[in-house]
Amino acid sequence: MAYSGKVVDHYENPRNVGALDKGDDNVGTGLVGAPACGDVMKLQIKVGVDGLIEDAKFKTFGCGSAIASSSLVTEWIKGKTLDEAAAIKNTQIAEELALPPVKIHCSVLAEDAIKAAIADYKKKNNA
Amino acid sequence: MDKQVSEAMNARNRTNIKVPIYLDYQATTPMDQRVLDRMLPYFIEKFGNPHSRSHAYGWEAEEAVETARAEVAAIIGADPREVIFTSGATESNNLAIKGVAHFFKDRKNHVVTVSTEHKCVLDSCRHLEQEGFAVTYLPVGTNGLIDLDVLKAAITDQTSIVSVMAVNNEIGVIQPIAEIGAICRERGVFFHTDAAQAVGKIPLDVEAMKIDLMSISGHKIYGPKGVGALFVRRRKPRVRLEALFNGGGQERGMRSGTLPTPLCVGIGAACAIAKAEMPTEAERIRRLGDRLLTGIRAELPEVFLNGDVERRIPGNLNLSFAYVEGESLLMGIKDIAVSSGSACTSASLEPSYVLRAIGVGEELAHTSIRFGIGRFTTESEIDFAVKTIREHVARLRSMSPLWEMAQEGIDIKSIKWNEH
Repeated sequence: MAYSGKVVDHYENPRNVGALDKGDDNVGTGLVGAPACGDVMKLQIKVGVDGLIEDAKFKTFGCGSAIASSSLVTEWIKGKTLDEAAAIKNTQIAEELALPPVKIHCSVLAEDAIKAAIADYKKKNNA
Repeated sequence: MDKQVSEAMNARNRTNIKVPIYLDYQATTPMDQRVLDRMLPYFIEKFGNPHSRSHAYGWEAEEAVETARAEVAAIIGADPREVIFTSGATESNNLAIKGVAHFFKDRKNHVVTVSTEHKCVLDSCRHLEQEGFAVTYLPVGTNGLIDLDVLKAAITDQTSIVSVMAVNNEIGVIQPIAEIGAICRERGVFFHTDAAQAVGKIPLDVEAMKIDLMSISGHKIYGPKGVGALFVRRRKPRVRLEALFNGGGQERGMRSGTLPTPLCVGIGAACAIAKAEMPTEAERIRRLGDRLLTGIRAELPEVFLNGDVERRIPGNLNLSFAYVEGESLLMGIKDIAVSSGSACTSASLEPSYVLRAIGVGEELAHTSIRFGIGRFTTESEIDFAVKTIREHVARLRSMSPLWEMAQEGIDIKSIKWNEH
């Protein structure tokens, strides 16, 4: 299968791979997907006092498109408010990475990962 | 795509070894130069129709075809008259299974096969089911092999044919062919084996193994694509089958159509070389396979070999790299041409049905790569593959949330996953 240049770039040079301290109240962690389906994304956000996402990290088990989708969204959500980050749609991700139809679920998973991380942060902070 | 191809070609020119390294010998094999040399005269110079009886063009083509037929027969211990040429193993499998089932349909309506057979066998059986036949799909154990007692219990008075592959294309395990042959002969049921992955790899003898029909492929044994053969037993017992299509009645009426002389010569030459070189080749490939597995496991924990450890051909290693997804690994090891057990490479999201059948969990099935070693694989290619695999598995594990959890001692099965 031929991948777009952007997918290859994110796969070979993934942005923001790593982990933030799950125990930190300022960190929200989203874990989505399932090993049996071949995709698991863990996306973490760290929210600053100004309410902006100051850091984002990910780890992904999945195909190149899944890795690229999660890498891309960590770039996009940094510096955004939670509402702005939550507004990111999978179609934007799919379009940016030129994902073929069979890989659209990777972008859906990345959108879900953002929402899950935000929900975890809000739960911790009763926001 | 053109850009990717040209980049790959440039990479070939830059390094001493040609990349991508070809480790997909179960998918197909390059032709042996010696095979091509024997084929070439039959394209232009000796182009006759082997069925033409009235002139020398036909006679020389017929002679070449009959020599090839004898060479194919020799590698499986058959009589040349029992070998018919087809377009490949897919046609041979269709002809064997549907042909026998259809011929005996007035008396028998049951077929037995195995859940891990090649798609063309399973699809032929599904087609028979739609026509009203009953089909039993035998399960396999975690080693990929059938249970002979389960086979015995599955055969009924209504069974016309049992079809069990000799060597599995995905995991390389060898089914107990001689034992199956003995059971089928005793029960008066025809035994067909798809030997596309077995010919030239393991010794086969249709008499000793009591095989009644056997499918052979040209391009899996360093011969040309587009040609195969079907062994059809002539006596004790004589196998009768209904042809798939109508025509001039060539190949004892079982397979009409003018024989492609160069292709027949090619599969014959490939069989002759394979027969002569099998013992030394098998030993050499075994050493290379051991080198690959030992090299990978020396630095990477949690690498699993799928299928029986002992009862396998040495040229096939199907490995699961836990916590790494197969397609992303393929993308990383693009300098190695292999196949993935992960179906993410196809349109469906289901992992390999063969790996599922042997009880490999879905999460591990998604992490599987099939390495196929063959006649032209070198030690330096294996060393390059080991180095590449080690690097990329380590990198992908470092970015895998499942690997992180495993290192933290979290059982990933204990997590309530949201399956999509």
